[in-house]
Amino acid sequence: MSAEPLASEVAVPLTPGTVRPKSAAPSTIGAPTIEKETRAEEELDLPWQVVVHNDPVNLMSYVTMVFQRVFGYPRDKAERHMLEVHLKGRSILWSGMLEPAELYVQQLHGYLLLATIEKVV
Amino acid sequence: MEIRRRKNQIEISELDPFLAELLRQIPASANTQGAPAAEQRIFSAPANGKESKLCAEWKMYVEPELRRLFQTATQTVNADLEQLNGNEKSLANRTLRIPTKHADAWLSALNQARLVIAAKNNFTELELNEHFRSPIGSRRDLSLFQVNFYGFLQEFILRELDSD
Repeated sequence: MSAEPLASEVAVPLTPGTVRPKSAAPSTIGAPTIEKETRAEEELDLPWQVVVHNDPVNLMSYVTMVFQRVFGYPRDKAERHMLEVHLKGRSILWSGMLEPAELYVQQLHGYLLLATIEKVV
Repeated sequence: MEIRRRKNQIEISELDPFLAELLRQIPASANTQGAPAAEQRIFSAPANGKESKLCAEWKMYVEPELRRLFQTATQTVNADLEQLNGNEKSLANRTLRIPTKHADAWLSALNQARLVIAAKNNFTELELNEHFRSPIGSRRDLSLFQVNFYGFLQEFILRELDSD
């Protein structure tokens, strides 16, 4: 089984941060430096993924229930991801923007699962 | 020991003093104090080391919330376990009734306890899979039995939640 998420659960990659047009102000004033801000926007727009790692203590049935509750996945899909974690050591549960990814990982940690946020490479 | 669902309660009856004591130890077993490995497992990093800013913010803002969440669960379980207190030295079997609305708190507390015990004892995956290893000959064996016993309770609670 592939460690990649199913196409239906991958958020459409976002276009890189919008670069603002150069100022039309006269050259005597000087164009504002926006390079730093633009880089930050680009970082935010990079897709992130929520990865759950294998843990020999958590029960398989418990992990399945957590995936159903946190991601709203139907049982068979939750079980598929649980088995991927169990057999391959990790499974990508979700991909998208940083903020929801952080919220998902927070919820997973609340259920005591080993979960991390990773940048999509 | 018998475990069954009775309306809005999960009833664990015929609890012998040994198993009753193991149940009483759930909140204490979930405590990570003085065990860095357990602390590290319960409050695991949200990202790898490269995301140092994210990890630092997590420690500052998210970890205290998680700590409160886990503490609330163990407090609920502790309150339910009050039923087992009194006449601790008696050899009579006990009955524990867990309201089904406390099921999530029990799942959390049992999970916390299992993870903390496993981290403190550094159990291998092989050991954790030896569900029926016996007899209990050492403190380590007892801890492994505790992990499995709590796991059995978790399985039962999960099954009951599933049937709702």
